[in-house]
Amino acid sequence: MFVRLSAAVAALSLLTGAALAQGAKPTDPQIAHIAYTAGVIDITAAKQAISKASNKDVKAFAEDMVRDHEAVNKQALDLVKKLKVTPEDNDTSKTLSKQAADKLAELAKLSGAAYDKAYVANEVAYHKAVNGALETLLIPSASNAELKSLLQTGLKIFQGHQLHAEHVAAELK
Amino acid sequence: MRTGCSLAVVTALMLGAMAVPAHAATIQVVMENLVVSPAEVSAKVGDTVEWINKDVFAHTATARNGDFDVTMPPKKTVTSVLTKAGTVEYYCRYHPNMKAVLKIAP
Repeated sequence: MFVRLSAAVAALSLLTGAALAQGAKPTDPQIAHIAYTAGVIDITAAKQAISKASNKDVKAFAEDMVRDHEAVNKQALDLVKKLKVTPEDNDTSKTLSKQAADKLAELAKLSGAAYDKAYVANEVAYHKAVNGALETLLIPSASNAELKSLLQTGLKIFQGHQLHAEHVAAELK
Repeated sequence: MRTGCSLAVVTALMLGAMAVPAHAATIQVVMENLVVSPAEVSAKVGDTVEWINKDVFAHTATARNGDFDVTMPPKKTVTSVLTKAGTVEYYCRYHPNMKAVLKIAP
């Protein structure tokens, strides 16, 4: 369980370590793609939770995730359009999507309270990883001021989600 | 008798006229970019709070002691009247890192 949880966030950690070590910063089009992908991943996980979760707080949390991440991603799309930037697919986005798909398949096999616990635990770990990547890599690497500012708003939203997920996790115990 | 009545009415009107503007104020609390401002504000029982949500996200103002729980849809303003005195810490249920304090005098 813990190994799988860490695996789900490995791409972001690896990216942070590798990129910083080589001094190779992701470009704005890559950052936009990574941030948008991270949002889509959480929306997909939340939609699965809305149909599978049995606990009402878990379901409500999943609905909050869909609403907020869709709102953030809409802002991101509006911004790249305005800046005439085309988000660029990259290895980090690909690894993130692949690992998220694996996690989704793994969660799909669970049900009842076991599913609820596993989903919320993954939400805590996932938001923690995304926040780490935003703070240490994506925000410092962003060169466009508006992109940087949107990422900073995203960080505050996701820090809120992490706290919210931790509260829900504590209630499940 | 007539004089007494008029006096009472006038007195009541005057008291009323004085009481309403003097005591019931409207306080604005703004939620923007996941920040509540002012972080601390003083009010009185009977005052109205205008909760102004400038974000594209829904927020709540949820009292830790259970005294109020207001939900603000994205880009909307919601008003509520304060009915109970006390120093109330509140937060957003969706983003619990958003926190502030409302000091409500009796």
